[in-house]
Amino acid sequence: MSVKLTASALAIAAVATTAAARDQVQVAGSSTVLPYASIVAEAFGENFDFPTPVVESGGSSAGLKRFCEGVGENTIDVANASRKIKDKEIAACAEAGVTDIIEVRIGYDGIVFASQINGPAYNAFEPADIFNALAAKVVVDGALVENTNKQWADFNADLPASDIAAFIPGTKHGTREVFEVKVMEAGCKATGAYDIYLANATGDSEKAKKKAASKACYEVRTDGVSVDIDGDYTETLARIDANPNGIGVFGLAFYENNTDKLKVATMSDVAPSTETIATGEYPVSRPLFFYVKKAHIGVIPGLKDYAEFFVSDEIAGADGPLSEYGLVADPELAATQAAVAAEETMK
Amino acid sequence: MSDATVFPEKKPQGPKGSLLVQDARTKRRNAAESRFKVYGMLAVATGLCFLVMLLWAIISNGTQAFSQTFVTFEVELLESKLDKKGARNIDDIKKVSTFGYTPLIQNSLLKEVEARGIDTPLSKGKDMKAILSASAAAQLRDFVIANPDKIGTTHEFRFLASSRVDGYLKGRVTRDSIARDKNIKAAHLDLVDGLKEAGVLKKTFNWSFVTGSDASDTRPEAAGMGVSMLGSLFMMLVVLGLSLPIGVAASIYLEEFAPQNRWTDLIEVNISNLAAVPSIVFGILGLAVFIQFAHLPQSAPLVGGLVLTLMTLPTIIIATRASLKSVPPSIRDAALGVGASKMQSVFHHVLPLAAPGILTGTIIGLAQALGETAPLLLIGMVGFIASNYPEGVMDGFVAPNSAMPAQIYEWAKRADPAFYERAWGGIIILLVFLITMNIIAILLRRRFERRW
Repeated sequence: MSVKLTASALAIAAVATTAAARDQVQVAGSSTVLPYASIVAEAFGENFDFPTPVVESGGSSAGLKRFCEGVGENTIDVANASRKIKDKEIAACAEAGVTDIIEVRIGYDGIVFASQINGPAYNAFEPADIFNALAAKVVVDGALVENTNKQWADFNADLPASDIAAFIPGTKHGTREVFEVKVMEAGCKATGAYDIYLANATGDSEKAKKKAASKACYEVRTDGVSVDIDGDYTETLARIDANPNGIGVFGLAFYENNTDKLKVATMSDVAPSTETIATGEYPVSRPLFFYVKKAHIGVIPGLKDYAEFFVSDEIAGADGPLSEYGLVADPELAATQAAVAAEETMK
Repeated sequence: MSDATVFPEKKPQGPKGSLLVQDARTKRRNAAESRFKVYGMLAVATGLCFLVMLLWAIISNGTQAFSQTFVTFEVELLESKLDKKGARNIDDIKKVSTFGYTPLIQNSLLKEVEARGIDTPLSKGKDMKAILSASAAAQLRDFVIANPDKIGTTHEFRFLASSRVDGYLKGRVTRDSIARDKNIKAAHLDLVDGLKEAGVLKKTFNWSFVTGSDASDTRPEAAGMGVSMLGSLFMMLVVLGLSLPIGVAASIYLEEFAPQNRWTDLIEVNISNLAAVPSIVFGILGLAVFIQFAHLPQSAPLVGGLVLTLMTLPTIIIATRASLKSVPPSIRDAALGVGASKMQSVFHHVLPLAAPGILTGTIIGLAQALGETAPLLLIGMVGFIASNYPEGVMDGFVAPNSAMPAQIYEWAKRADPAFYERAWGGIIILLVFLITMNIIAILLRRRFERRW
């Protein structure tokens, strides 16, 4: 038995050594960026003599963690992220020897609220309404009390008298962070809850107090009215399908591919679309990024070509396939293209 | 039997104890028995009901994936667009990207529409975009690069229609459902009706769903299972190549040679425990050991195969030991009696008799491994992975690839509903494989198994 084990171990080792020369770009990270990256990877494989890059998902944090594992052919070349890389992650990267990182912003992604097509219409949302519906504590007569709102009409007569049921992305999603900052915090400030939190906050500095107040704003009620979805948008869609009153948080691209099942809610009287997000009228959007290891350029064939192709006008421009799919084109794309061409790294 | 034992003891009983008249207790017992029979039948019926529902859902949702809508028309390969210098230099031709080919195809389709006399308000080449798949440009570009001498001539091509058009022909997309769809308008559907009548647009069986590679989110119509099927094949080769010899060697040693003591007892218990470990545990083990420690390549079928080997080994060992045990000791005794060594008795007499059982166990273990998804999620086999056909056998083991169940999972979570249909279609392919493997296992057992 031991002879056979060694034999098979040797076989594995032999196979592994031949794997040394990797000839395709490897990408991992945000599941929001995955569809865009796979569109680019496919077009890249068709138009260049390099093999089609491999794109894995798993979330921004997981992707950046793998990105920062080190330099070498066994590590990924590109990390997709639906948020900016954190200082902590840059430090972790540097510790593993990943120092020259090229940051590439590919465009903007809108976050929309949508409900079942046969359900009541939500046409008068303000961030304050979402906050009143979902926050753990809301302001009633100038004081913070436990949130007991049952129906949307309880706090805004313009909204339908239907039960509140929200499906929001779980905490491991990058989308949750945008939801917290752009919707919950905005609503928190609009209802005055933020000021109360700030007045009661304890901390060493003004900054720490503000941070504590913001954090308190992000708290979501736990009585089952708001449900965290840890899976993908498909899971949110299934929940909405089963609940006519339910309202879910989706990416713009996902909504646009499922317009036969979903009805989008307006935010501050603006309906989300690539145009309204580009102009900034629709408030809930965030930039999408990918990060390239400079040390791999020239080692992994086609890496720089892939990065340049990703941000080229015919791909990421306003008429390109990415914006057709739901990405909001970056008005400063030309600067990004120049930065990628010059391999400018982050400071 | 109970009658036979009761009969001889037949004692004179009172009129109450007649065998012909059931007393209350017997009635109760009989009633309990018939009640149990009904419960049993209900349980079987419920199970069957679920099975029928499942099969019905799979077949009704999945068969659509095997047919696809194609548009056939002539495209003039304009030299002015594809090879401006006219030198037929392959490098110059390659410089024209798929984006350069798209308008050429769209204008050709528009020409075809005009030639057929189909009345439509759509008059621009760009309007044809909603009808054609984005893969058409790549198809044409590949053709031109392979046949540069064909530039300047006119050829008939068969392109995929877009997933919305395909959905319209399959009834998934309706005029109501596209009311708010920005990708396609009612005018396009009118044109599709016209093209269908003219025979330009047809729904036919789609082999490329079985043989093709994965496609990106904008073109679900081009996605196929082929590459991930190869991924599964290479994984199964690894599993078979490692788990069969290791598993059989381990079982023969444990069953025939090992002394019965505390150590072998411990090993035995642990093998049984291993068979009950959730597969995701093997996945995280594989990530830690094979990828992070041994630095084997990410997403490679080799790593997937190694992880699944760990998972399959206990199954094979248990099946092999059971079939070795079922060979009667008289065979061994007879072999030893005529002077065979222990090893000869095992390899010449016991093992051949146990082989059908071992093979059956192996095939069932492989079938289990083939359908396993959870460990593959952790070693990076989910995503837009299965896009390149492996370049050779070696490449097949180490180049990133997906596997059938992982591909199905990936499709099921994509945004476009057309991918959902393909996920069901993928399940049909996977089930065909599993059923085939199980039938082979049953046939082997029927044909070769011996009973003593």
